[in-house]
Amino acid sequence: MDAPDHDDEHAHRHRHGHAHDPASEHSELSALELRVRALETILTQKGYVDPAALDVLIDTYQTKIGPRNGAQVVARAWRDGEFRRRLLEDATTAIASLGFMGRQGEHMVAVENTAELHNMVVCTLCSCYPWPVLGLPPLWYKSAPYRARAVKDPRGVLEDFGVRLPENVRIHVWDSTAEVRYIVLPQRPVGSEHLSEHELAALVTRDSMIGTGLARLPSGAPP
Amino acid sequence: MSYQSHADIGGLDGYGVVRHDSEDAALHDDWERRVLALTLEMGASGLWNIDSSRAARETLDDYGKLSYFEIWLAALEKLLLQSGALHAEELKQGRMLEGAIPVARVLRAAEVTTALARGSPTLRSPGAAARYSVGQWVRTSSAAPEHHTRLPGYARGKRGVIEHVHGMHVFADTHAQGMGEQPQWLYTVTFDELELWSRRTPQQRSLVSVDAWEPYLVPA
Repeated sequence: MDAPDHDDEHAHRHRHGHAHDPASEHSELSALELRVRALETILTQKGYVDPAALDVLIDTYQTKIGPRNGAQVVARAWRDGEFRRRLLEDATTAIASLGFMGRQGEHMVAVENTAELHNMVVCTLCSCYPWPVLGLPPLWYKSAPYRARAVKDPRGVLEDFGVRLPENVRIHVWDSTAEVRYIVLPQRPVGSEHLSEHELAALVTRDSMIGTGLARLPSGAPP
Repeated sequence: MSYQSHADIGGLDGYGVVRHDSEDAALHDDWERRVLALTLEMGASGLWNIDSSRAARETLDDYGKLSYFEIWLAALEKLLLQSGALHAEELKQGRMLEGAIPVARVLRAAEVTTALARGSPTLRSPGAAARYSVGQWVRTSSAAPEHHTRLPGYARGKRGVIEHVHGMHVFADTHAQGMGEQPQWLYTVTFDELELWSRRTPQQRSLVSVDAWEPYLVPA
């Protein structure tokens, strides 16, 4: 068995803080695979974890919980004025009424984009993100460039995403520093008045609910 | 002993552009999925809490050099070692050498859905009146505490306005140190870009809000 030695060597390299070498990326990943497998083995042997529960957890976040949930919330708010009012007043309860609740979405706040105001969400300290409505955060959300720049240069970050807002639009950045989680209610696209809730939900991108993007235009809409 | 968080990077320059990945990418490799699931599972053990696990991550010496789930993995190993649930030799050999220690709970497959839907709300019933109300001006503490805290460096010693009052919530600072929940009033505080970045004229037409517990604030 040479796996433990590789693990140790890997941990050792990191302890001394050497940067990743792209050329060794492949062996690096295998070393990580082995290290995680070893950890899982010990935790299972000790009875701290139920291997079947690990599979359920993985399946849940891969297939059941994702941004399609949030898109349903947004589409409902676009179509139903009373729901929109409840969402902006008490997002936790309004979102729970559609069946989305729980871990990392225990205390929700919805912030609404208008012609004068654009909202954007970040967690500068780690990667806090509203899991029940958006799933797990994308890589860029957890990355140092986004966390460092979103609060200081939100317009520059939006340009990285290809979004250029008119100068008169104020930007409000929400840094999720406690257990409150934020979802952006994007502006309803022009030309979507005739669409069903289901069709509207298809216009709602993950990024539009973080505030680094806008909702899609309906097909056939004038540019 | 000085506490240093390597995670407090809001407002720092020099990190470059944001590289956008596709709409569906969140978990790339199998080992990342396993680390996520192991971390969530061990969260049920009661050996630590979400705030102490954040503290374990942000104080990793090589935080800035590790990928996101490498940080989670290293912190999980650290917490397991610190709590005595695992021993270094076991990690080295990849097998159990000593018996388990008692844990509060093992999350079973059949309980996962219910446990996730329940979550871990941090709202507590009010034990005192809130000191501040919406629209009031406050100043944030300029101290750099010798422990885990959730007031980012860029928002220290700044004047802002109370935007929202959230009720009393578990206080991350004490909770992370194993000193209990000690619930405190939680507020959203909003700052203008001129105040935060010492700008004389607006460059962005932007506001930034943070969520701040009452002990972070004084009247302004």
